[in-house]
Amino acid sequence: MSKHDDEFEGVPTTGHEWDGIREYDKPMPRWWLLTFYATIIWAIGFTILYPAWPRVLTATPGVLKFSSRQVLQQELDNAEAANAVINSELAAADLTKIGETPELQQYAISKGAAVFRTWCAQCHGSGAQGAKGFPSLLDDDWLWGGTIQDIDYTVTHGIRNETDPDARFSQMPAFGEILSGEEIDDVVNYVMSLSNEPHDADKAKAGATIFADNCASCHGEDGKGSHDVGAPNLTDAVWLYGGDHDTLVQTVTNARFGVMPAWGQRLSKADVAAAATYVHQLGGGQ
Amino acid sequence: MSVSEQPPQNLYAAREPIFPKRVSGNFRNLKWAIMVVTLGIYYITPWIRWDRGPELPNQAVLVDLAGRRFFFFWIELWPHEFYFVAGLLIMAGLGLFLFTSALGRVWCGYTCPQTVWTDLFILVERWVEGDRNARIRLLRQKWDARKARLRLTKWTIWVLIAVATGGAWVFYFADAPTLLHDLVTFQAPAAAYMTVGILTATTFVFGGFMREQVCTYMCPWPRIQAAMMDEDTITIAYREWRGEPRGKHRKSHERVAAETWTATAKGQATAPEGAHLGDCIDCNACVNVCPMGIDIRDGQQLECITCGLCIDACNEIMDKIGKPRNLIGYMALTDEQRERAGEPPIPVWKHIIRVRTLMYTVLWAGIGIGLVVALFLRPDLSISVAPVRNPLYVMMSDGTIRNTYDVRIRNKHGEDRDFAISLTSDAPLRLSVEGSANATVDVPANSTKLARVYVMADPQSQAAHRAVTPGWIWVEDTVSHERAGEKTVFNGKAQ
Repeated sequence: MSKHDDEFEGVPTTGHEWDGIREYDKPMPRWWLLTFYATIIWAIGFTILYPAWPRVLTATPGVLKFSSRQVLQQELDNAEAANAVINSELAAADLTKIGETPELQQYAISKGAAVFRTWCAQCHGSGAQGAKGFPSLLDDDWLWGGTIQDIDYTVTHGIRNETDPDARFSQMPAFGEILSGEEIDDVVNYVMSLSNEPHDADKAKAGATIFADNCASCHGEDGKGSHDVGAPNLTDAVWLYGGDHDTLVQTVTNARFGVMPAWGQRLSKADVAAAATYVHQLGGGQ
Repeated sequence: MSVSEQPPQNLYAAREPIFPKRVSGNFRNLKWAIMVVTLGIYYITPWIRWDRGPELPNQAVLVDLAGRRFFFFWIELWPHEFYFVAGLLIMAGLGLFLFTSALGRVWCGYTCPQTVWTDLFILVERWVEGDRNARIRLLRQKWDARKARLRLTKWTIWVLIAVATGGAWVFYFADAPTLLHDLVTFQAPAAAYMTVGILTATTFVFGGFMREQVCTYMCPWPRIQAAMMDEDTITIAYREWRGEPRGKHRKSHERVAAETWTATAKGQATAPEGAHLGDCIDCNACVNVCPMGIDIRDGQQLECITCGLCIDACNEIMDKIGKPRNLIGYMALTDEQRERAGEPPIPVWKHIIRVRTLMYTVLWAGIGIGLVVALFLRPDLSISVAPVRNPLYVMMSDGTIRNTYDVRIRNKHGEDRDFAISLTSDAPLRLSVEGSANATVDVPANSTKLARVYVMADPQSQAAHRAVTPGWIWVEDTVSHERAGEKTVFNGKAQ
């Protein structure tokens, strides 16, 4: 008997004692030892087959040349290949009749939502609510038309960009160089009268003539704008840059020049069609 | 004596092989019956059919992971009803507490899959290789044709049982006849083969070779149960005050002294000289039948799964030698003290029915009743309404304020249904549904559909200018006219 033996069973103890409680020093079961060896063998095999030992910038690649980036790329390629058929269908589809094929429409909306969040949300907002100078896509007010074809064209070619010759293009003159400050104030009051905002009636009356001479060619005689030249409707409640007096004076004086990239140059036709379908069903599509 | 003079102790010990001997008796019969019932439930359940209509699976018990549905006879659970599963798990936990505090490790001894399958594997082993003594001889003899044949036969039957066990498991997750056809024609998904393979391997190794080591080394339950048993828990004990001093059976008391003398001369530590021997004849029957390889006469111990086989074995012997039964038996710790003192034991029902077990029963039954009530109160039509908060509202060109709501409609019927969406509010709000002129959406059978619902307030209305206006969005089944509503709010400009 060693000094560490337990008096009751005659079995060795570890010699540790906690409040009179001692720990038997019994052998481990053999299957545990075999499992332990198995993990060592597994680890050796693993370090040979898979990336394991760190080097300065990378790690040893392993015999299998496994790379999680490659796996990801493979999965992305597989997903792309799996969607190839429906994507070509979407690219060739007549978007005005997409509602007749619910499966394709549902695919386009889901895909379009992803495209929108990736490429469009930076300006138009994650909820498509827009911001000052960037139109809300949720309402029923459209600068260049709100049919699904109009939206598809706008997304494909963009607005006022210099990269696409087919981009929607128009330019409002900076009336600060044409009209006097007083005339601008008059025409702003007239514009505010069109949408029933508080205004000076006398100035508005004077502004009506100025509007007819300078603005009506684009915004229309009734001020309801034109989708052909992207001229906003001035009679409704929606303002892209703001409808208060000071903002309107600024707009008339310096003009505005909102630009949108031509996404047809960066995205596939199916991506653009998907984005158009998604935007069209957000609540404002015509 | 210093430590270095000790012979070096092996750090690792091989398993001592255990050869449980065949036994018959009440507890053995109970174990056979439970084995038949539990294995029967396990193997047969996936094959029971249950007609739910054309669009739904006709398997009585099915865990449809891909479709996120759980079917159990007439019950169908959707993911949002997972609390039923949580409730069942709590009941299973409380049930184990209840049975452990009342009857000790009765789960381990009779119903644990490890116990049941090990028992089945030992049955096969005994059938192929013979009973305990034959198996010991077979282990010790050199390998020859007969040994190889017996071993191969045994392993083959084990593997077949293991394959059937792993195979039955996957049938719970897919249509059983289809999957069986796919499995044998090598068309089943790789996950099915892998699952069958892994479960075959674990069944074969755990049931055939690991056996009691799973309970002793791998399972946490023995430790937990040891902490949950108390002095009233019915467990297995050796009536040591009746059995000791143990010694060889003899016909008459006259021979006791002579036998004791012989035993002492041989250096065996048995009965003190001249002592009256107890009922235990030291025949080792209880040790030989034990599937855990322990001696119950050493007292209650961690390895004991309280399967009762030692009781059967001992009773057989006691009957043969004409002594009263239950030298080893189920009893509570308090009874041990009473019996030693010569008092009658407390009736079993008093051990089982006491405050602690009653509390477990009440909790267990309370949750069970709650689940059943919840199951019957569960509406067939359920919806959820999520106001879109990005943005809170949209101003239309005429100044109308519009809110958007994501309404999810769950159609639990086995057929497509149309659901009409409507709105009730004190304020004059208007409702429309994206892509539907008459505010009705068609939801396919057994699925959820997301409808984009718009609610509008006129430019001059109060609702357009207030911060929030309460209202209810209703969904009505156009066939059964069942309605479900959810309260929500309309956000105006005064945010």
